[in-house]
Amino acid sequence: MPDMPGEELPLQLLDPSGALRADDRLPLDLSTVDLPGLYRDMVLSRRIDTEAIALQRQGELGLWPSMSGQEGAQVGAGRALREQDMTFPSYREHAVAWCRGVEPTSLLGLFRGTTLGGWRAEDNNFNLYTLVIGAQTLHATGYAMGIVRDNLVGNGDNARDTAVLCFHGDGALSEGETNEAYVWAATQNLPIVFFCQNNQWAISAPYSTQSRVPAARRADGFGFPGVRVDGNDVLACLAATRQALDAARRGDGPTLIEAYTYRLNPHTTSDDAGRYRSPAEDEVWRERDPITRLRLHLESTGAVSETFFTDLDDDAQRLAERMRAGCRALPDPDPDSPFLHTYAEMPDTLRAQLAEHRDFIASLDAQEVPA
Amino acid sequence: MITTLAKAINEGLRDAMRRDDKVMLLGQDIGQLGGVFRVTDGLRKEFGELRVMDAPLGEAGIVGTAIGLAMRGYRPVCEIQFDGFVFPGVNQMITQLAKYRHRSGGEISLPVVIRVPYGGGIGAIEHHSESPESYFAHTPGLKVVTCASPQDAYQMIGQAIASDDPVIFLEPKRRYWEKGDVERSPDPAPLHAARVLRTGDDLTLVAYGPLVKTALECAEVAAEEGHSLEVIDLRSLAPLDLTAVFASVRRTGRLVVAHEASLSHGLGAEIAARVQDHAFYSLEAPVIRVAGYDTPYPPSRLEEHWLPGVERILDAVDRSLAY
Repeated sequence: MPDMPGEELPLQLLDPSGALRADDRLPLDLSTVDLPGLYRDMVLSRRIDTEAIALQRQGELGLWPSMSGQEGAQVGAGRALREQDMTFPSYREHAVAWCRGVEPTSLLGLFRGTTLGGWRAEDNNFNLYTLVIGAQTLHATGYAMGIVRDNLVGNGDNARDTAVLCFHGDGALSEGETNEAYVWAATQNLPIVFFCQNNQWAISAPYSTQSRVPAARRADGFGFPGVRVDGNDVLACLAATRQALDAARRGDGPTLIEAYTYRLNPHTTSDDAGRYRSPAEDEVWRERDPITRLRLHLESTGAVSETFFTDLDDDAQRLAERMRAGCRALPDPDPDSPFLHTYAEMPDTLRAQLAEHRDFIASLDAQEVPA
Repeated sequence: MITTLAKAINEGLRDAMRRDDKVMLLGQDIGQLGGVFRVTDGLRKEFGELRVMDAPLGEAGIVGTAIGLAMRGYRPVCEIQFDGFVFPGVNQMITQLAKYRHRSGGEISLPVVIRVPYGGGIGAIEHHSESPESYFAHTPGLKVVTCASPQDAYQMIGQAIASDDPVIFLEPKRRYWEKGDVERSPDPAPLHAARVLRTGDDLTLVAYGPLVKTALECAEVAAEEGHSLEVIDLRSLAPLDLTAVFASVRRTGRLVVAHEASLSHGLGAEIAARVQDHAFYSLEAPVIRVAGYDTPYPPSRLEEHWLPGVERILDAVDRSLAY
């Protein structure tokens, strides 16, 4: 892995060969971990991603930001959440959405142009995607302030005490708003975990453009713990996030987790990664694939039946088919909807514009000559 | 009770916080100090640190965390210390606060109020005398209001807090110490309605915020010269309620609009456009705008030249009447 001054090796519990490596700094009781379930989540999430890319290639989506390669980070973090915890994604957290139970088809509307959202945040405690880099870090922090005011921190009740998990990338480390969120979280000791997926590339800008130190070390200056984990190791990500969320719910304040990973695909389907990084670098990271290493582990321990993998392939195929059909069935939005949803109380001026718009459309319809 | 505009806002905040325990305040120096203008004086003592929170020094943080609090069911009221310091928070205001309801298909309401002391006339240093209302009034999803009297200050802050839409609440800082009678009326005027403050037949003079008092002074002077001016306080800048303005112009045939904000692309332009649309055949003269010039706010020794005062506004009145 590339070196930075003072860089610590990311903590790892499962190495690329599929061997477990216990680490005292990152305790994980394996009896509480559903290894086949994590594997299944990662495989199905990748299938969501590859199917969405295919849909973009077929012209069904305008754009897709791929998360392939980051399944270990996202499934590890996503499966550490408790039901009552709130999740604030950026816009690439498709595997976290999967873990939270968001219907994959509903992720597509934003990129097909049928909606600017696509799901109800409160249904799965998974907020809408936020496209302005770093903006969601402050929303997550404010939400955590609300949890404090609701007296849902530090009651010693892990089924009721609540935390926030906020995702951002390495690029967001440079946004002022992210740093303000860290200040707010630290000084108020808020129940929040910042999960930074350092996939090393903010579009074409390498990590060295954003920082001279590993992301996890940023936390020191703000006064809360930073943990650096191997983002392609789903177990390390699960353990670190569980530990941090437990601390947050207990009232022990925020944690920054840096999941050191790699975006295997270009930034989005509109990007050309060949202009800024080498095939050799991609190849190194393909060998560290988070899915492969857990499969090697499951195969070596005989933890799953022989049909597990083939059954899962069938499930993935069915999921892809569901997404394809669901994508094409996404309804175009009602032309009235922007008018109706901008304000809780629609101003008369906007009401007049809506009426004018409807009249204009009606006048066009009236002019149409019947065939 | 007779009280100042600043104290009226204070009372409005206090009453709103007593009515609804989800209402909370956040801003710089608003707790122990009571705000640099003392608008939140005494509220920390009554409601505690969690409901009257001294924020770290970051406007994006104030607005952004208010959004998160609103998502969790709170009704945050943010104080931005001065008009010129709102801009670090503007990304959150425009890309998030204004758009969230629309983005979520109407599912997520953000009942956030952002209080901003604004305008000049207090001899201040740079960044402390600005009039940023057009930036916000031009942004769909935000509502923008401003008060000109203690009575309106008291009632409008309560109405802004009760609104399920985000409201930018502009406070005319040079009028903070003006006194007036405040009644806790159970039936206040709607938040987004203009008000005729003085009736007249010869010309309609429209103002808002700090220039309302100036406009009333103009009407006094004009009356001595034999001209009858109708003075209208807009109160709401977004949405604009111009019903009273149209009706007035249909009678007077003449309109002067005054604001401190720079002339070009200001509220006056929007008002002129709408008036020619709705009262074209009633106009006896072009709509005349009196405003700050298209320069940054000047050093305070020049602000009397830059700000529309009684004489500049009356000069515009004379030009309109000469048609």
